[in-house]
Amino acid sequence: MTDPGIEGTAAQIGPNSADLFSKFDPLIQQREELLASGVTDPFNLVMERVESPTVAICNGRRTILLGTYNYMGMTFDPDVVSAGHKALDEFGSGTTGSRVLNGTYGGHKAVEQALCDFYAMDHAMVFSTGYQANLGIISTIAGKEDYIILDIDSHASIYDGCALGNAQIVPFRHNDVEALEKRLRRIPEGAGKLVVLEGVYSMLGDVAPLQEMVAVSKAAGAMVLVDEAHSMGFIGEHGRGVAEAQGVIKDVDFIIGTFSKSVGTVGGFCVSNHPKFEILRLVCRPYVFTASLPPSVVATAATSIRKLMDSADKRAHLWENSKRLHAGLRQLGFTLGTDEPQSAIIAVIMPDLETGAAMWEALLQEGLYVNLARPPATPAGMTLLRCSLCALHSEEQVGEILDMFAAAGRATGCIS
Amino acid sequence: MPDRQQIYAKVVDLIAPFNKKGVAITEATRFAQDLEWDSLTVLDFVANIEDEFDVIITMNMQAEIETIGQLVDALQRLQDGK
Repeated sequence: MTDPGIEGTAAQIGPNSADLFSKFDPLIQQREELLASGVTDPFNLVMERVESPTVAICNGRRTILLGTYNYMGMTFDPDVVSAGHKALDEFGSGTTGSRVLNGTYGGHKAVEQALCDFYAMDHAMVFSTGYQANLGIISTIAGKEDYIILDIDSHASIYDGCALGNAQIVPFRHNDVEALEKRLRRIPEGAGKLVVLEGVYSMLGDVAPLQEMVAVSKAAGAMVLVDEAHSMGFIGEHGRGVAEAQGVIKDVDFIIGTFSKSVGTVGGFCVSNHPKFEILRLVCRPYVFTASLPPSVVATAATSIRKLMDSADKRAHLWENSKRLHAGLRQLGFTLGTDEPQSAIIAVIMPDLETGAAMWEALLQEGLYVNLARPPATPAGMTLLRCSLCALHSEEQVGEILDMFAAAGRATGCIS
Repeated sequence: MPDRQQIYAKVVDLIAPFNKKGVAITEATRFAQDLEWDSLTVLDFVANIEDEFDVIITMNMQAEIETIGQLVDALQRLQDGK
């Protein structure tokens, strides 16, 4: 705090009252210990200027971005940006209302139509964030007597969707088809079942065996929801995700996605062919009880989604980047989250948080930004340096990135 | 149908491979505080219990189970319900 007038004005805690913040003490202490070692706070980085989808100015230094979800590099696309300008001029800065009251403009219907066209599905429902899409769909469609069977490594928004509803929750071991099948078999006859899977798991960048999982789910009479947040635009012939790539998209009942990754703005959605899907607009609380997206956001999203439909060349280049970075990091001696590159996410496994933070800072000083990921976001208590590539990273940039990893890795003793 | 004592004995057997610290097991032993299991250990243990007794122990039920005795009670109820 810099303003001396503000400091010390917190209400006093009386001798008989418990401080509700005491529960955060272990985390506060861990953070203080980490920062006392002199490293830059990895969770407080500010980008002072953003030059392009792959370069920003951080702490006055030109920095290559390798930790964004800007997979297809749409954030500075001239058509996308101009669609946003136009909507801002014509519809104003915000809707100030719920989708079911005054918050549905032409642009909201247009982006839902773009999603229907992109996925070749009948219905699309747009939420204000991807987090809310999972929260809303999962909590609404699975009721008290129903069962949600989910991968243990599911994203926080999926778990929070389960917590917001009151269905019976049954987790199974990550990507384990047999474990899923066993649990489906034990669920009482006639109970409603929703299997929740992800196309790409965002921490290690590994892909789900959707072909087998969707088959066993359907055989057991379950509905299937797949979160394709990290695969949209990139994986599958039309960029529809892992379910498309593995040939099972027709058997998936609900696909959840986001505008904040490949689409390059913010927002979330669910697409489906369920004939009664539209009723969700009236019963899904995270859809009803929040303001709709601003007109400029839905305009940029619609334009971006339509451009992603024919971005085969960019998809091919992004695969090339992923393969090259994966092979290069491996050759340098780093331990990676997957044996083969399976997505645009490449996770470098660090031995502990201290080494991870030191390596993260060394990379930043070299001019490279990656994500430092730690529990509870990561599985099995791992500390990860998560690299996510962009279709607009040039070949030269990938070379520079590998040089920076080599230098930082040697400086911190991560590699020899 | 196994009686409560048999269920308890089986549960104790299944705890053994995960009881790395050699904590003495009684009905009152708590999974989180005494055995200090993390979420992945819990997942593996619950999977073994589910396979052994051919039941499902949902996360909703797990939230109510703190001690080994409570787990045995829950398993008995699930068996009786079959």
